[in-house]
Formats: sequence, C-alpha cells, structure tokens
Amino acid sequence: MEYRHSVGMQTWHFNDLKDLLAKATPERSGDYLAGVAAATYAERMAARMCLAEVPLQRFLQELVIPYEDDEVTRLIVDTHDAAAFAEIAHLTVGDFRNWLLSDAADTATLQRVAPGITPEMAAAVSKLMRNQDLILVARKCSVVTAFRDTIGLPGRMSSRLQPNHPTDDPRGIAASLVDGLLYGSGDAVIGINPATDSIPALMDIYYLIDEVIGEYAIPTQSCVLTHVTNQIRLMEKGAPVDLVFQSIAGTEKANRSFGIDIAILREAQQAALSLNRGTVGNNVMYFETGQGSVLSAGANFGVDQQTCEARAYAVARHFSPLLSNTVVGFIGPEYLYNGKQIIRAGLEDHFCGKLLGVPLGCDVCYTNHAEADQDDMDNLMTLLAAAEVTFIMGIPGSDDIMLNYQTTSFHDALYLRNVLGLKPAPEFELWLKTMNITDGSGRVRPVQATHRLLQTMPGNLPATA
Amino acid sequence: MSIVVTADPWQRLRQFTQARIALGRAGTSLPTQEVLNFGYAHAMARDAVHLPLDTAALSAGLTAAGLQTVHVNSRAADRTVYLLRPDFGRRVDAAGLDALQAVKLSMPPDLLLVIGDGLSALAVHRHALPLITELRQRAPAGWQFGPVVTASQARVAIGDEIGEALGARMVAILIGERPGLSSPDSLGIYLTYAPRVGRNDAERNCISNVRPEGLSYAAAAKKLLWLANASLRLQQSGVDLKDESDMLQIADSGLLNLPS
Repeated sequence: MEYRHSVGMQTWHFNDLKDLLAKATPERSGDYLAGVAAATYAERMAARMCLAEVPLQRFLQELVIPYEDDEVTRLIVDTHDAAAFAEIAHLTVGDFRNWLLSDAADTATLQRVAPGITPEMAAAVSKLMRNQDLILVARKCSVVTAFRDTIGLPGRMSSRLQPNHPTDDPRGIAASLVDGLLYGSGDAVIGINPATDSIPALMDIYYLIDEVIGEYAIPTQSCVLTHVTNQIRLMEKGAPVDLVFQSIAGTEKANRSFGIDIAILREAQQAALSLNRGTVGNNVMYFETGQGSVLSAGANFGVDQQTCEARAYAVARHFSPLLSNTVVGFIGPEYLYNGKQIIRAGLEDHFCGKLLGVPLGCDVCYTNHAEADQDDMDNLMTLLAAAEVTFIMGIPGSDDIMLNYQTTSFHDALYLRNVLGLKPAPEFELWLKTMNITDGSGRVRPVQATHRLLQTMPGNLPATA
Repeated sequence: MSIVVTADPWQRLRQFTQARIALGRAGTSLPTQEVLNFGYAHAMARDAVHLPLDTAALSAGLTAAGLQTVHVNSRAADRTVYLLRPDFGRRVDAAGLDALQAVKLSMPPDLLLVIGDGLSALAVHRHALPLITELRQRAPAGWQFGPVVTASQARVAIGDEIGEALGARMVAILIGERPGLSSPDSLGIYLTYAPRVGRNDAERNCISNVRPEGLSYAAAAKKLLWLANASLRLQQSGVDLKDESDMLQIADSGLLNLPS
C-alpha cells in the first residue's frame, strides 16, 4: 500500500513499505547502487517521520518479499510468536523506539518479546535510532550460548582466533594460533578460513586444531569456514567438527547463490548435534553475514541492504547458533563507502541481531579501497564493546594475510578489556590463569620462553597440509 | 626494541608465516614501531588504489616494443565514481567506443590483450609490459593479437565490451588487484572466450598474484597460454575449463580480489 507524509506544505509519497524502509535508511553507497535510497536529505527525514507512525502490526500484513516467493519470508511468518508479540502489538515504530529505551524494556522483557519481533520490525526501528540508542538497547539484550565455554554473559566479550595462512601451511597456522593464545584470544572459536577446497586437506586442518584444543584442554571450539556441504562430507568421514559454519543472507535467492537453503542448514545442524562434542552446551552453528551480500547476488527485490541483513538474522535465529558474525567492512566501498557508513552499519547489525535473539559478533574490518583506516576501526570496536558485542575477531597485527583485509588484532581485544573492564568467557578466563597467560586480575603476563605452548609447536608439524 | 616494550619470546615462529606475530606490546597495545610499520603498509596500499594510470608511459613502452595501442576510458569519470559504481567501470565510454570502431583489422584477434588499472595502477605500471613481452615470445606462431587496449577506471568486465567491439575470439585483461597490506602491486589476469557484454565471472578463468614475489611473469604467461589453448579447444572459458596446467595452484584468495 502507498504511504504518505506531510511536513508543512509538502507531501511525500512512498510506494510501499519496502520503499518507505529504504528511503528512511541512513545514507550508504549500496542503497544508491541499488537505486532505492532517498533522493534528498528531506525525503529521508520525511520517510523516517512517516515510518515512525506505522503500527508494528502492519509488518505482519505487508511483507517486503512475498510469502509465496521466498522461503526466508515463510520462515519469518511461520515462526512468528504471536503471544510474545502481544506485549508490543499496540506500538507504532516510533513508540517501539521509545519503549525499547525505557526502563520497562529490561533484559528479561526483551528476551520474552524477541520471538515476537520480525527482522523488518527490528530494521525499521533501527532506522529511527541514533548510534547511542543502538548501543544502549543492544547492551540490555542478553543472548547466552554455550559449547565448551559460555558465550555472551554480562560483562564478557569473547574473541575468535583467526590463524589464517594463504596456503594452509600447518606450521604457519600453528604459529598464529600460539601467538593468539598467548595474547588471551580464542574463547569464541578458533576459526580458520582455508585456502583449499580439498576434503583431505580440510580434514588435516580439523585434526590440527582439534589436537591443540585437546592437548592443552582449551575450553573453546574449532571451526573451518568452508562450504556447508564440505562440512557435511567431512562429518560423514569422521572429522572432529565442533561448529558448522556457513555464510547466510536474507533472501532465498541470495542463499541459493551461496549454494544453500534452509534444508541443508538443518541437515548440517543435525549432523553436528549427533557428534555431541559440546561439554557445557550444544549450540553448534556459526554464521557469517554482511550488508550488501544480497544486492551483490542480484537478489534484493528492491529491499534496502540493512533490512535484507536483518532478515538473515531470522535465518540465524532459527538454528540457535553459538555465534553469528556480521563481516561489516569486507564487502567494499560500493556498499559501505567510508568509516562513517561502516560504523553505522556495524552498530545497526549488532542491535538488530541482539534484539532478535542472535549472539551477534562483529568482524570490525575494512579493505584498502574503502575510505577507512585504523582510527575508524578503533571507534567501531569501542562502540560495539560498550554495547557488549558478543565477540570480535583476533588476527596477528590486524593483517589477514589470507583474505587480504584488516580486522581487529589480539592487542585490540586486550585494549577493550582494559578500557571497559570486559572479561573473556568464564571457562576460558580460568584456563588463561591456569596456563599462566593472565594474572589474578586478568591482565596478560610476560611470557617466558619456557612456556608450555612454546615447547613443541609448530616445529613438530609437517611443512604442508 | 625499547626497554618499555614487552618483547615476545617467540620471534623464531616468524619463519613459518608472513603474519604479524610476536609483535610485542607496550602495556597491552602495539609498540610504536609496529604502528608505524602497519601505517606505512596501509599508505602504500591506499596510494596504489588512487594512483592514476600513466597511459602515456604505458603506451610509449608498448610502442617501443613494437605494439600498436588504443586507449579507452570506462564510463566512471573519476576514482570516486569508479569505487561507488562498479557497473560504470565495466563499460567503455562513448569516445572509447568511437576509438575502437576506428581500429581497422585485417584479421580478428585470436587473443586480444587489454590492460586495465583496476584497483592498483601500480601493479600495471610494474608488471604489464614485462608480462606481455613474455607472453608474445611464448605464443604460438601465427596468433593474431591485434592492438593492445589500455583502459582507465576499468573493471574486469570492460574487456568483454572491448573484445566484442574488435571481434576477438578471446580477451585477456591484465588488471591491478585489490591491494593487500603486503602486496600493493599484485596483477591479475582474466581470460574470457567469445567476449561480449553480459558475460559473468563464472565464464572467466583467473590467474592471480602476478608479481616477482608471487607468480613470475614466465609462469603467468605459460599458464595463460595453456588456458587460452584449452579454451579454444573447448570453445568456452570459466568454471568448466579446469586448470590442469600442472603448475603453481592459483590461490583461491585471488578471487576475492576480483575488481569485478
């Protein structure tokens, strides 16, 4: 249906709900590339004013992508919890913002209401929120998950140790792995982006990490970020798979361009659950997402990139993941042009994910053709940590030599823990103390050359996978 | 390293990886030297992205090597537009189309060579001419190359429109890849059989990381000629043409650098 809004003498028209959502979105290059952005500043603000008056109920009636055409829409509609929604059913989008910021929306209430919130409602309200609103509300949301340690507890922030190597050399991987562990990184997951697609080579990587986790009794989990169908084959062949990874997006067509659908994710989840490898919990999935991926697959159907991203969290939520990660600056400047746009997108994604009940982390990152630098990343990571982001990445010196982009370093996580008093997952925190990596107050200690972690690896490993 | 920096006693692990490990710390933060090293690497990459293609020097070099050249611009008027609108970088502007129309060829090129700046003109300045020299020395006798087309503000797919305009059987575009911190000058090659506007990336074969520290000019030239021969035989390029040249594996990561 058509929406209209008058300010003074001028009346603005919006074709339908998705047009209204797109035009209300804070400025970003990807929405211009898609041709859905507001043409003027005034049109953008008028769209926000109009959106503020739309009842949340309306989002259950007017679907941005038709039910018949898209399995993500069907998932959103079919799993919507009407009882949970009842508590907020009387609100407009504008009053939803007011309510979220109020004391009435405490942690327990937000958890109770989450299954009643659709991704489009979350995206809509985020478009009316300033950065500080996104931080304040996300911080109130609690999403706790567990596998071999417990992720997402209050006052905690975890990190993914990402010891990538351009040729998957086991000694190169192990060198970065040891570096990260000695800097206190790795409680979210030890996750590798492999260069190879070969099943036997992937199997070697699984065993490499599994043996390190086993030998040092590290309360964490491993993940190899290859296609989900590879991971299913590897589980069939007996690989020690902890978490199943997959990139996901907010429309069925975009997911098909990734070579997946909801059924294959379900199959992979069941296979991982049957391995029963978790010790303190059984959240076995790890997802990655990012604004712009849907447009880059030509699968956005006129929906703005931030709303598409929120829809991906509906897919994630369905599988109760241990971790879900928005890779916010990786895609390039045609989707998020500069530091300002990357920072805004990171905060929106974190807010929408947490509001929907997804354990959202952020790959605070940029490429060399984006108008961004380390100072922008410092800003985003600090803002996200203030919002108690579930986890960030950990890479030696911020430089991923396999994927050729810059993300957060081991040092960055220590900075955030220092400034904001955040701790790693409790089981991992204890392990760090036991291993003499941190002292009684949680600060990293000087490492002796005789440290256990430096005794064998990686000299004992073969030169190539 | 200064006395206030806590050194990491695992420097020896650096022999196993180019990753920035064992950096030490000042408090829990990066030591000054590492902040500066990182900043310099990023500055090199940023400069590579914004360096304009030096078409005069490039054409002079090609002419001196006995090659005819044609220059075109994409529809992206400047670097900012180029970065924001990949679709403009895939198409030749009106003047460029006129220049291509004006080219008179006695025979259609078998393998047309296009040089595009992509995301690193630095890569093109350093590696395009020596690579083309290797290539022409090793190419089968009788192959028609036509003129070498240079293209500013170019994405990979601009080769499709250029190749189509000149009636080429195959086009290979040599293009600057997205600069990494350790590789501001990496050149990529994308081979497309029967180029025409609308081809997608699955219909191309990629050779990545061409530079002296990566894939050598000779190895890259051999690999491209192997792929071109196989492509002529199969009458297609892309995912169905598996690289069996039995040489250094093309790094998967190269695909992420595609300035498509």
